[in-house]
Amino acid sequence: MATEGGPIGRRRPGEDPAAADVNDVPAATRRGRRIAEWFDRQARTLFVMPAVVMILVFSIFPLIATFILSLSRVRLRGGGYRIRYVGTRNYEKQLFGSEQWHFLGTFDGVGVLGWIVAAAAAGLLAWWLIRYFGGRSGPVSVAGAIGRLITASVLFGIAFMFAATLFSGTRLGTLGVTLFYVVVGCGIQFLIGLGLALLCSQPIRGRTFFRVVFFLPLMVTPIGIGFTFRMMADTGKGPFAPIWQWFGLGDFAWAVNPWTARAFIIVGDSWQWIPFIFVVLLAALENVPRDLVEAGHVDGAGSWQIFREITWPHIVPVAATVMLIRVIEGFKLVDLPNMMTGGGPGIATESMTLHSFFAWRALDPAQSAAISYLLLFVTVVLCVSYFMLVVRKRAAAHG
Amino acid sequence: MTIKRSLAAATFGAAALTAAAFAPAANAQMKHEGVTVNILTRPGPVIAGRLEQRGEEFKAMTGATIEVATVPFADLFQKLLTDWSTGTNSIDVGVFASGWAVELADSDLLADLSDFVANDPGLQFDDIAPYFREFNQKIDGKTYLITVDGDFHMMYYRTDVLEKNGLEPPDTWDEYLEVAAAVHGQDMNGDGEGDYGSCLFKKRNAQSFWLILSVAGAFLQSQGTGQGIFFDTATMEPLVRNEGFREALRILKETGKYGPPDELNLDVTDTRPIVLSGRCALLLEWGDIGPLSIDLTQSKIDGLVASKILPGSRRVVDRATGKLTDCTPELCPYAIDGVNHAPFAAFGGWSGAVNAKSDPKVIAAAYDFLSYMNAPEQSNFDVTQGWTGYNPYRISQFENIQPWVDAGFSQESAENYLGAIGQSLNSPNMASDLRIPGTQQYEGICLDREIARFLAGEITDEQTMDNIYECWEEVTEDFGRERQGALYRASLGITN
Repeated sequence: MATEGGPIGRRRPGEDPAAADVNDVPAATRRGRRIAEWFDRQARTLFVMPAVVMILVFSIFPLIATFILSLSRVRLRGGGYRIRYVGTRNYEKQLFGSEQWHFLGTFDGVGVLGWIVAAAAAGLLAWWLIRYFGGRSGPVSVAGAIGRLITASVLFGIAFMFAATLFSGTRLGTLGVTLFYVVVGCGIQFLIGLGLALLCSQPIRGRTFFRVVFFLPLMVTPIGIGFTFRMMADTGKGPFAPIWQWFGLGDFAWAVNPWTARAFIIVGDSWQWIPFIFVVLLAALENVPRDLVEAGHVDGAGSWQIFREITWPHIVPVAATVMLIRVIEGFKLVDLPNMMTGGGPGIATESMTLHSFFAWRALDPAQSAAISYLLLFVTVVLCVSYFMLVVRKRAAAHG
Repeated sequence: MTIKRSLAAATFGAAALTAAAFAPAANAQMKHEGVTVNILTRPGPVIAGRLEQRGEEFKAMTGATIEVATVPFADLFQKLLTDWSTGTNSIDVGVFASGWAVELADSDLLADLSDFVANDPGLQFDDIAPYFREFNQKIDGKTYLITVDGDFHMMYYRTDVLEKNGLEPPDTWDEYLEVAAAVHGQDMNGDGEGDYGSCLFKKRNAQSFWLILSVAGAFLQSQGTGQGIFFDTATMEPLVRNEGFREALRILKETGKYGPPDELNLDVTDTRPIVLSGRCALLLEWGDIGPLSIDLTQSKIDGLVASKILPGSRRVVDRATGKLTDCTPELCPYAIDGVNHAPFAAFGGWSGAVNAKSDPKVIAAAYDFLSYMNAPEQSNFDVTQGWTGYNPYRISQFENIQPWVDAGFSQESAENYLGAIGQSLNSPNMASDLRIPGTQQYEGICLDREIARFLAGEITDEQTMDNIYECWEEVTEDFGRERQGALYRASLGITN
């Protein structure tokens, strides 16, 4: 750029090249060059700006607006909204106030089993922290210590919540139900997805056909899956009714028992999401070096040994990542409980997202926003902890 | 039935011809040419389906385009309030529960239709039954709504099943349980399988909360409609912490013993096919079951079902003590044979209201369309068709049995059906549905959620009553106790 349009020639000793340029180039060209140089300097900013603006408008602004909303009391009226600042009252209502039973569950004293679970959780977390601060699980850092303290606090809170509800004979709230969907649902989905991927990675006939068939459910809308599973699970008049009746279950209603209702929602959710885990793990399995597997066979290793010593270490980073994505999605489960049970019986199948949606539908957007932020907090803490303590650690271990 | 269908078709044809008869004059002017009216209501074919069909007729007559959009019932009020209060105004007409309109009118979101009504002889305003004309359509003496459907909860029973068992139709809630228990498990439709003593729609986040009010009414209100079943008219204290409400909870829960196993997950659209397939001896429903029962394309109970005013009680709540007390002539002045009935105008009926911020031309077209729907030439036919979801609300619809016979009813069943609705409508102790700001929150949120939890066994009756009480108090405080009290009294016709 500096030589563009200027005279070609050797610079004399002691002559300021810029001064020479200034003296030789007309004023209009110099102005044009300055603008071009300014654009050159700002190019990076200008190219990035549209993306930044988009993120600010569509991602950051809604986050901030939702947070402000969660600190307010909102009423829809003629001519618009009436918003009143109420501080953290919406959060207090969910965690300690009149909605605590709905969000955290019904607390009616902690039973013996509850205390045992709480004590076991406390012991495990304490051991984990002591191990870290004692330097036995790697170097200690300020960020690592803070992160582990936050993780341990949240995990103990969750463990105590289960101890005081599920293990003390009272009802789970939407947080507990959501965690049940995430932990049990994603766990089952991982095991079945891995199994199917292992099967389809074998040289069997119709392998391509099965790959496509197993992948199809992922492309079906969750609303459709909700309706379909509600119909299929109907023991009275669904398509499998004769089978149910043959087993003597004609008068059995899955939707009126909290645990069978939750189980059926997990069945529907698994039907949709297993293909996702399957297809990602299949890709990972196909990247396991064949020569290592063959060498294992030559050395007389059995299938289980080959899986444990060769296959699993190679697919662990992918498996951990796919589970991270699945867990984040799992926290947002809403369509299936809404379609299949409407959150019932009672609130037994209501996830946090559905809880937030119902609050919005009840014309209480502030409570809805507070629940959304609580969900965000739980998701972020658990997923970041999982990422830092499992995914990254595994990745580091495998170079 | 072929003859019946032919007659029904002929009646429909006559209605179409009536519309066509107006068409030349209307066509000459094309009064609303180029105007589009956007309507929001629940998904069809029930309610929305007929609006769409009549919309086509209306377009041919006036040039106005009627666009009908639908959202799930539980989302309807929220969508309307959001659209109108934020100034989006993409909806011109909402067809919804009349009780919701008070909150909208209180926020100046509804167009006052009084002048339109006053200058519309075709509406035949005086033919609309007084309850719907004066309470359902009016707020503070102004007409904000045009009724297209009249709603009451009634009890239906299978005449053949009760006759076979030597049972009389239940007159009280205790008898309802006794009859349901006696016939539960019997084969009622000849398919060799045991059927149900009682079928009620109890799904959460749907329309089940009206059931508890239908049961509780008989225990809570005995001194006439003005007494109300929701709040103490003087203090706005909720009437849910008393022995009457507790008894209603017990009865509602006990009906579950004689119902389909998945009753807690059944909405009204789920129970209707079960009822029509002949699997239920008793049920509580709106007027739709009558016309649906004669539709042989889906019904196995044509001529086998009869309706009756909601069961009552021989004991009612003494408001001073909250205790259940035996009826006396003073305590239950409207009792029939010692039984206090409080037929419940559940929902009040689907009604159309117009957005105050819509263009005046759109408001005029919207009113004309609602008037067209409501006019006897159209509505007297529509209410006889079960699939429309519209039930009678005009005096002529009760007095003239011929359209019902033309639709397929026998003379006897038409008289029985209209008699049950008429008895409910004309009862001096009819229980009015809630019609104050926050109605959707009181009923659709607080009541719905706590009743669902109670029926699922999550909470006791005591906790249920306490939770509803607290939730209703919160809503009342939110909207302002004094103003809510004044509006509640006005909704019951108390003027002082």
